[in-house]
Amino acid sequence: MDKPTQISLPPKITVRDLNFYYGNFHALKNISLNIAEKQVTAFIGPSGCGKSTLLRVFNRMYELYPGQRAEGHVMLGDQDLLDRRQNVALVRARVGMVFQKPTPFPMTIYDNVAFGVKLYEKLNPADMDDRVEWALRKAALWDEVKDKLRASGTSLSGGQQQRLCIARGVAIKPEVLLLDEPCSALDPISTGKIEELIAELKSEITIAIVTHNMQQAARCSDFVAYMYLGDLIEFGATQQIFFKPARQETEDYITGRFG
Amino acid sequence: MTALNSSQPFHPSATDRKPPSPSARRAPGVWGSLVFGLFAGGAALFTLLLLAGILLTLLIGAQPAIEKYGLGFLTRSVWDPGQGDFGALAMVYGTLATSFIALVIAVPVSFGIALFLTELAPAWLKRPLGTTIELLAAVPSIVYGMWGLLVFGPFLAAYVQQPLQNMFGEVPGLSTLFTGPPVGIGILSAGIILAIMIIPFISAVMRDVFEVTPALLKESAYGLGSTTWEVVWKVVLPYTKAGVIGGVMLGLGRALGETMAVTFVIGNMSQLDSPSLFQAANSITSVLANEFAESGGGLHEAALLYLGLVLFFITFVVLAFSKWLLLRLQRAEGART
Amino acid sequence: MSIALRDDIAARRFAARQRVNRIALTLALLAMVFGVFWLVWILWETLRLGLGGLALSTLTQMTPPPNEAGGLANAIFGSVVMVALATFVGAPIGVMAGVFLAEYGNIRGLAWLASLTRFVNDILLSAPSIVIGLFVYTLAVRTFHTFSAIAGALALALLVIPVVIRTTEDMLRLVPAAQREAAYALGAPKWKVILQITLRAARAGVITGILLAVARITGETAPLLFTALNNQFWSTDLGAPMANLPVTIFKFAMSPYENWQQLAWAGVFLITLAVLFLNIVARWIARERR
Repeated sequence: MDKPTQISLPPKITVRDLNFYYGNFHALKNISLNIAEKQVTAFIGPSGCGKSTLLRVFNRMYELYPGQRAEGHVMLGDQDLLDRRQNVALVRARVGMVFQKPTPFPMTIYDNVAFGVKLYEKLNPADMDDRVEWALRKAALWDEVKDKLRASGTSLSGGQQQRLCIARGVAIKPEVLLLDEPCSALDPISTGKIEELIAELKSEITIAIVTHNMQQAARCSDFVAYMYLGDLIEFGATQQIFFKPARQETEDYITGRFG
Repeated sequence: MTALNSSQPFHPSATDRKPPSPSARRAPGVWGSLVFGLFAGGAALFTLLLLAGILLTLLIGAQPAIEKYGLGFLTRSVWDPGQGDFGALAMVYGTLATSFIALVIAVPVSFGIALFLTELAPAWLKRPLGTTIELLAAVPSIVYGMWGLLVFGPFLAAYVQQPLQNMFGEVPGLSTLFTGPPVGIGILSAGIILAIMIIPFISAVMRDVFEVTPALLKESAYGLGSTTWEVVWKVVLPYTKAGVIGGVMLGLGRALGETMAVTFVIGNMSQLDSPSLFQAANSITSVLANEFAESGGGLHEAALLYLGLVLFFITFVVLAFSKWLLLRLQRAEGART
Repeated sequence: MSIALRDDIAARRFAARQRVNRIALTLALLAMVFGVFWLVWILWETLRLGLGGLALSTLTQMTPPPNEAGGLANAIFGSVVMVALATFVGAPIGVMAGVFLAEYGNIRGLAWLASLTRFVNDILLSAPSIVIGLFVYTLAVRTFHTFSAIAGALALALLVIPVVIRTTEDMLRLVPAAQREAAYALGAPKWKVILQITLRAARAGVITGILLAVARITGETAPLLFTALNNQFWSTDLGAPMANLPVTIFKFAMSPYENWQQLAWAGVFLITLAVLFLNIVARWIARERR
């Protein structure tokens, strides 16, 4: 990057010299950026640019697969998430994630939300009920499911399932929430609801979102990173990226001349 | 919804507590994962040890017979527990001959059934017929064996063996193939029973692989004016040959290792004197089933265990051969694309 | 002129192709009829002779001496005991090994163990069941100097394991990777992800596999011939020979005594019924899931 990032807000995640490899394929090249606390940072770029890969580094999801490896530093506060000594489960408890397609577990709606909570906290039943309600309210799902908490999570509609997954992620009170194209499988109405949610959640949680949808990035993010072929091309405030991008490539992509 | 959220946007309910601070959180389930992983790995290791154990115990148990006869065991045709003299040739012949007869009958029939089920059967008949075939693959072999002995054997003797004897009784050469008391037991009976038993296996596999042939591929062939038969023979079969071979090998493996369906009808006599298809004979499995429990240790038991080892080896060769064939086919496919 | 000739040749070739097609398809139809004919015949005889030999006393009385009245109660009991025991022992081992193959098999350093296990499991799947019987005989019967129900159950358990390994691995592989990732993303440890998410998602398939394995060993005769042997009397002693349906059927069917043969038909009928029932339940569970 030829320009230093002009973000003065306190960073939640600091990425320094991050490189990522799928086997021999160099998927992320010397990425450095700051993700501001309690802001929404969007990652955009054409397919294969590495934006999802970057997201999956933040919670070390890539470690599930042999042959994938990351080098560099991803600081969360003063701790390096990539440090092997960091317990990966603890990292993931602090950095939550919601996926492209809804992934309700094969259990009841209530148990879906309680699943993550039970891993780290011993709540008595009443407290657990409160926590589940709290998380479902945050995901704007409570009113729709409060009478059928014992129904299977898979019985919900696609949009509801995705909000259930957000509730599940929020319930364990992560510091960061990663959203990997959370609306790509949803209809416009559900998408609208999720975008509203993002706007409200960011007062408490730092959010990083990968999206294919330029309007979505413009609508709900505070900062935008444009990536291409594993490089971070441009990173800045959403207004600036969309209205006066510094780089020609960014402008080409945003105006639809490319990608 | 939005109104509700903004009226009480982010105040967690009264009982809500701060999450434990990151440093206070303890990594969950480290021990659990370790123990669970060890159990899973242990179970996998157990299967390895199981195979090693089977081979080792058979080898040790067969040791006296191996020492006495060596590989020559396979070419000796004597089997005389009374005199304590043993050779495997009669049983190996019985096993191979019955399985060969079974394949010769079962493969074309299974192919026809699979062809019928995928290309000819009306839609309403496909499911029930297919399910019937699959269920029949589950019928225990003892049912086939008993039916073979008490129902099919007499039928075969009356309607096949005696006419054949009458027809070819005077023809030198051929007549020896059909001699024997008219009770319907022997190599041919066992082979036919085995065929009936493995038809469901082979046809179920063939049907499954025929069904996954892409419709587009078939439509392109039909689009060129091919007949149904040409599509199946020249498009579907080449496309699915790996699966078809797998199905045939599965059937062959079943036939070679089958005990009850054979033991009931083969007659249980370890002889090689008569090549007749209607003379009582023995296969490896049938001689094991009949003699092992009463062998009472010593060379007889060792020879039987040696036979078991030979049988295991034969089925292993079939498995290895089919795996090798599949691998080669896959390579060829890979090279082509 | 020449065009007409070519048309003529084409027409003749077309007719020939049509003929081949008709013959082939007719043969396919005949194959179907041929296959179904035998199978219907077998099931019909089993039903006819089995129902003929079946009475209430079949279920309540012990196996009789030749030419005396009796039933199959002790054999049925023995079969149920040994099949249950074998499932109880074999299914967990099979499921755990299947879990290893599906969930740990891609970890670097374990991949070799996984592919070796897969190969060995294929060998065990194709191994003749009578060879398993020989193995358990030399392992248990000869060591403890007695045929026993435990030995019989052990032989059956060894047949259950490879079947369950195969189906468990296949079913776990059908669980979308996203399910696993979503559980890991909540900070769940591996064993909880497997036990509470992936195995639960694959539950119907795994249970189907176990039921099919149970169906298979219910009719298995060969591995019991020299492990559990047989017993003319009611026995609950796991350390002693125990009656069981398949071996009893074998003995009775091969005998010249009419009443034994009749009981054998009744036994075969019961076994067929049980196996078909298990298969249908397994299919039903598998379909419910879809």
